[in-house]
Amino acid sequence: MEVGVTCRNKKDITLLKIIKKNLFNIFLAIIFFFIICITLYPFLNVLAISLNDPIDTMRSVNFIIPRKFTFSNYIYVFTQNDLLTPFLMSIARTFIGTPVSVICTAMIGYVLSRRDFYFNKLFTFLFIITMYVSGGLVPEYLLMSRTLHLNNSFLVYILPGVVWVYNIILVRAFIDGLPYALQEAAMLDGANDFKIWYKVILPLCKPVLATVALFYAVGQWNSFMDTYLYARKLPTLQYVLYEIMESAKIHIDPHAVTQTTQNAVSPMSVRMAITIIATVPILLVYPFLQKYFVGGMTIGAVKD
Amino acid sequence: MGKSKKEKLYAKKRFSLALMKKQSMLLMMSVPFLIWLIIFKYIPLWGWTMAFQEVKPATFALCMWERKFVGFDNFVKAFTDRIFAQTMINTLGISIIGLVTGTVAAVIFALFLNELCFTKFKKVTQTVSYLPHFVSWVIIASIAKMIFNDGGAVDTFFNTKLHLMSSNSPLFWWIVNIIEIWKECGWNAIIYLSAIAGIDTTLYEAAKVDGANRFQRMWHITLSSIRPTIIVLLIMNIGSALNVGMERQMLLSNSLVQDHAMVLSWFAYVRGIGSNNYGLGTAIGMFQSVVGVILLLIANKIAGMVGENKLM
Repeated sequence: MEVGVTCRNKKDITLLKIIKKNLFNIFLAIIFFFIICITLYPFLNVLAISLNDPIDTMRSVNFIIPRKFTFSNYIYVFTQNDLLTPFLMSIARTFIGTPVSVICTAMIGYVLSRRDFYFNKLFTFLFIITMYVSGGLVPEYLLMSRTLHLNNSFLVYILPGVVWVYNIILVRAFIDGLPYALQEAAMLDGANDFKIWYKVILPLCKPVLATVALFYAVGQWNSFMDTYLYARKLPTLQYVLYEIMESAKIHIDPHAVTQTTQNAVSPMSVRMAITIIATVPILLVYPFLQKYFVGGMTIGAVKD
Repeated sequence: MGKSKKEKLYAKKRFSLALMKKQSMLLMMSVPFLIWLIIFKYIPLWGWTMAFQEVKPATFALCMWERKFVGFDNFVKAFTDRIFAQTMINTLGISIIGLVTGTVAAVIFALFLNELCFTKFKKVTQTVSYLPHFVSWVIIASIAKMIFNDGGAVDTFFNTKLHLMSSNSPLFWWIVNIIEIWKECGWNAIIYLSAIAGIDTTLYEAAKVDGANRFQRMWHITLSSIRPTIIVLLIMNIGSALNVGMERQMLLSNSLVQDHAMVLSWFAYVRGIGSNNYGLGTAIGMFQSVVGVILLLIANKIAGMVGENKLM
């Protein structure tokens, strides 16, 4: 946009004039620098605590550079069985749940994009309605635990949220944007609808599927309520973090401490180490998918 | 040519066996999801019948007709509950504060970010602002408790004891919403930013020729162009005014602020599952859902009446 014009000053005017002319730009830069700081400070703070000596942390928790550097908190987390298993559980549900969800969403999204399908309107309506009206917590809880008996079963992590209506709409809107001639050509070649979906649509949908995959993966990785309600015997990293936070069960076993590390371990430091372990995978993924999800969000907003 | 094909595609078809046979593959691709939808979305909706029955763990296994119908008893019990009034006030307080501050923050964020002229810095700011959105509430709560607790970063910064997480007052509503804004502001601004990107640039040039300064252009062009977007999002958010998430409240609160942290969905959990009164819990959930739809329709109607874009 034309805001660039104010930045592009001629070289022959004095520094003071430049500053005066760009006062608002400088003000904005300062504001956004401040916003970046308050967004990142908590994470840096946590990182510093997780890398700091637990005894030293008790003095005060406000620092962003470790005062007494140590890896003992992380070593402790990864050598404890009751912390390692939840970590693997989180990984398992993310890596199993995400592909299943993405394929399912792509499939139903394609069917709902086919306006010539006789039941298109009805099925779309049935899906959209559930975005506005839901049974509520208690009927859902009863369905999972009393009717379907999914308690403490891995399926409870996959099945109930296998497709999100919002993501179906994203995929459908994306397919709507593709030229219909492609499908038509495949039809003339005698491909059936499944083949068209598999051979023509899927390869073209990569951008939107990347977005949707990110949403599902983040959802799986971050999910806490389903463990809390249905599967406490299959704890995930998020659930363990919750337990430690509530100090319901603190897994500090003094025996293990002396075996693995020379340092003592405190609940606070372990909590912060787990917080970092739970944050890093997201940090590694989302910046690279940024252009996809920003585009995806925009499609969704237009079509909603 | 292509257009007429598309029109033909959208045209209503008559039901026939030949058509079904032709579309059998589409049917096969969608039926599993239909079954899933019925099991996981519509059976809980059917569960609303429990709101009018007395359902305890012992009677849950019974078929619906064998349970005792109690009319609106569950609703009356819920509304006259000792903590219902406070719960309702909390829910409304938190969502109204959230609706107003959240929207204002996201719009201002988008407006200002759009004006920021250092492109690299703009990109970095955006990327950083998305980070908290992708982080779970458990992690956010774990961090927030450290920052806001007595002796945490905020207390140290102001060099006093503010008792942010330990004063039993509506202050907690603000804390929750500040954290929410910190988490979601950058993400919510995406839609506004894309709306801003769609504004015709000649408008700005024309305004500049007419002598409008930067703030006038921001106000009269940018802000008024994205007004329909703001309204539509507001309508949608009003619809979920009573659905303040239980997860967030449960994770952020502690026993000291409990009175001001309790919201309807949590209340439904405590009464419905915690004390095994399924009928009562369902009634609260149903109340939330029905009021949500009514609010959505009212907001939509009002928006239409004052000449704004409507949602439907």
